[in-house]
Amino acid sequence: MKTFFSYGLVKGLIGQVIGSLVGAGLLTGIRALMGLGWKAEPAYVLGAAFGVIGYMIGIGGFRDWFSWARGEETPDVEDIQEKPGLRRYLGYSLDHKVIGIQYGFLSLFLLSVGGTFALIFRTELAQTGMQIVSLDFFNTLIGMHGMVLIVSILMGIAAISNYAVPLLIGARDMAFPRLNAFAFWLAVPASLVLVSAIFTGGFDTGWTGYPPLSLRAPLGMQMFFVAIFFAGWSSILGALNLIVTILKMRAPGMNLLRMPIFAWAVLATSLIALTATQLIGTSFQMVSFERLFGMGFFDATRGGNPILFQYLFWFYSHPAVYIFVLPGLGVISELLPVFVRKPLFGYKWVAMSSLGIALVGFLVFAHHMFTSGMEEYLRVPFMYSTLLVAVPTGIKFFSWTATIWQGRIRFPAPMLFVLGGIVVFLLGGLTGPPLGTVATDLHLHDTYYVVGHFHDTMFGGYIFPLFAAIYFWFPKITGRRMNETLGKLHFWLMTPSFLVMSLGQMAVGMQGMRRRIADYDPAQGFETAHLIITIAGFLIALSVIVFFVNLIISARRGAEAPGNVWESRSPEWAILPSPAPMHNYEKPFRVVGEPYDYGLKGSTYVEIAPQSTGD
Amino acid sequence: MKHLTVAGVLVLISTILVYLLLSNIGLLPVNASVEAQPIDRLFNLHYWAIAFLFSLIVVFIAYSLIVFRRRNGEDGDGQFFKGNDRLEITWTIIPLGFVIFLSYLGSVTLAETRKAEPQPLEIKVTAGQWFWRFEYPEYGIVSDKMMMPVNKQALLKLTSLDVIHSFWVPEFRVKQDLLPGENLVKELRVTPNLTGEYKVRCAELCGTSHAYMESPVIVVSQADFDAWVQEELNLLGADPSARGEKWARNNGCTSCHSIDGSVSVGPTWKGLYELEQQLADGSMVTVDGAYLHNAIVNPNAQVAAGFPANVMPQNFKDTISEQQITDMIEYIKTLK
Repeated sequence: MKTFFSYGLVKGLIGQVIGSLVGAGLLTGIRALMGLGWKAEPAYVLGAAFGVIGYMIGIGGFRDWFSWARGEETPDVEDIQEKPGLRRYLGYSLDHKVIGIQYGFLSLFLLSVGGTFALIFRTELAQTGMQIVSLDFFNTLIGMHGMVLIVSILMGIAAISNYAVPLLIGARDMAFPRLNAFAFWLAVPASLVLVSAIFTGGFDTGWTGYPPLSLRAPLGMQMFFVAIFFAGWSSILGALNLIVTILKMRAPGMNLLRMPIFAWAVLATSLIALTATQLIGTSFQMVSFERLFGMGFFDATRGGNPILFQYLFWFYSHPAVYIFVLPGLGVISELLPVFVRKPLFGYKWVAMSSLGIALVGFLVFAHHMFTSGMEEYLRVPFMYSTLLVAVPTGIKFFSWTATIWQGRIRFPAPMLFVLGGIVVFLLGGLTGPPLGTVATDLHLHDTYYVVGHFHDTMFGGYIFPLFAAIYFWFPKITGRRMNETLGKLHFWLMTPSFLVMSLGQMAVGMQGMRRRIADYDPAQGFETAHLIITIAGFLIALSVIVFFVNLIISARRGAEAPGNVWESRSPEWAILPSPAPMHNYEKPFRVVGEPYDYGLKGSTYVEIAPQSTGD
Repeated sequence: MKHLTVAGVLVLISTILVYLLLSNIGLLPVNASVEAQPIDRLFNLHYWAIAFLFSLIVVFIAYSLIVFRRRNGEDGDGQFFKGNDRLEITWTIIPLGFVIFLSYLGSVTLAETRKAEPQPLEIKVTAGQWFWRFEYPEYGIVSDKMMMPVNKQALLKLTSLDVIHSFWVPEFRVKQDLLPGENLVKELRVTPNLTGEYKVRCAELCGTSHAYMESPVIVVSQADFDAWVQEELNLLGADPSARGEKWARNNGCTSCHSIDGSVSVGPTWKGLYELEQQLADGSMVTVDGAYLHNAIVNPNAQVAAGFPANVMPQNFKDTISEQQITDMIEYIKTLK
């Protein structure tokens, strides 16, 4: 029992409960002193916010910083040798690899939760009429599905970035290990608050939370806002850390244009996350304050304007989709050369296209508002800027195609997911322009076409590359390979099912299926299509279960793979043993070639620096 | 070079096949408005672009995967080439030109959908949770279904009573959100050119019954439209309960209060009159004219047990006239 309470996770949870009670009690106490009675909403909001802080205190997130404030010394991160074993993963570890895996577990957990929500409402949609959930619960589920998976994706890209970036660039850890752990653990209580929204009345606004609807939604809306506020904070801190790490901690000789391409993608993503996330926090905070204090930001009867929210919201939430996909596209660019045994075609162009997407991504947000009633002339410039995104994205596709051309191609599981990602993301990209040209968007806006298009971009830009990355780096994490047969089964079950699902969604959307509806008009004749989409959704879930089984079996009994299993030039394979040791590279290495010169006789990317030149 | 030629030919064949597929599987509903014509032409161009670009990438990749795969027992690496700046510039400039051209066509098409005819039929469209109301100021008619004469442009003036809704008739293609706020009335022009019955379907999530926020849109000949106008005007002189039924539908009452006894957001009206009703505070009341009047103008005062407060709009006192309330009570009395 005593050991149970010594786990950081448990201490954090206790802290969160105490914090929540203190927050709610404090507010209720102040109200009581003013002669006012119990009021649920402000008590819950303050309670949730204090709860998150309580969690961070409980798990020890502030401990070293408090020590420094008191003028006490703490051990250097370099000198900390954490005991190996499961325990590290359940507490406040400062090792970037542990934190990466912690992010991964949280991400996969949220993926399962968010996916389960989807299965529930897909079952409801399999036929017309309401069978298994109420209208309000359906509306809550779609919003939760959206936001839980957004947080899952943020955690997932943080997982890959945290684990891989320091290994790829030859750093011993992230630039700010304490901040790194802090950013991760902040997301844990935030996720709990988010899921609690279901139990506090839910919310019927979808993940976008548009006022005035969100001003009238049940209490769950506020839990949602508090959760996103803290999850956003976590994302900002993580991005800051990655930018500094990539810019300052590269191995000697690794100039920016010799950096593994994945690091470029992470750099571009982190620049967006660092500068745009504040806007979603602000927009949700304003709705929250309007509810709590009656500040009339968005209510027309109080002099506010509901469109204002949409500007603020989309200024983050459009670039956010590039946050979600750029790391995935980076994974594709990183893994492709290894499996086609050829250099990445046009390295510089691929690297710059990530920055190009990040930059243009800031200029397109109002295409979510073509039918919203914003100033009408604005629709035209935003149409031009929106379609402009196709140019840097096109560079990636053409470069990948040229990379594959005349390669010597192998098809292990990670490569299958890379190829699946390219094709699915291509579908997502090509179905974008009809949404970008205003006239066609007038028809497609807020339909299932958008749902299908969006799932194509998310699966192609994130889900497929995520699985590719896990299959690829799993031996580095565990020293064992994932089961290849189960991996192939996972791929061949998921890919056709997903294509049926998303193409079906787009087809019914064009025919007139609105998005976010709990029930649909039988006269429109969508019942068969919806049944097929639902079955496809369940098959995707089944394939993910196969993946989970594979993870567990392979972690215990997979074939041992201590060396360079993929014959990669990258330092984490070429130099490091698997599983990767604490503090990574024992001796610093030097970059002596190009990262992807597969096929160039006698060249290597990195070599261990001679002892004499080391410091 | 042989490889490039073969793959190029396959791209062309695939482009045509994908285009034929997209344009023949009936992706769009019936096209029933003048504004929909240019939109569907733009869709057609998109089909070509999608078919070509999809084929270009997928055929080249698929060709490589088959022809350049590592065969059993083979080892070694692929051809060594690292890039080609001229090629990269080409596939930057050409797409750039194409997207600018596409945007230009997009703006031209947008302008076509906004073309204003002289003397359109004005219809004030009001949305609320969860109903549509259509007012014809020229005739002094208010209706819960939208009647439109064919081949005459309608100028819709759109507003909302509560949250954001969105006006969309899929067959007309065009869509516009409705915002709450007197200074935020939006306009949309639609010229139906095919008679028939369609539905306006709210396209912006607006709360509990969003899925069911659909109302008939009926496109008829000018003669039929005039006959309908006359019929509606005659109804105003009819008996109070018939008028009451109309007010109840126009104000969205029946989207929450059923008239057939089924349970909905609010209590059913069937058999409501003279019912012994339990209230949320536990007391009992007999439903009479005074109670019903109070329940309409001050809905939170005496909430029926089992139903939440604050759901019904609080401002019917200002938006529904005293005469209409009296008519509606007469209507409720008839629902035994």
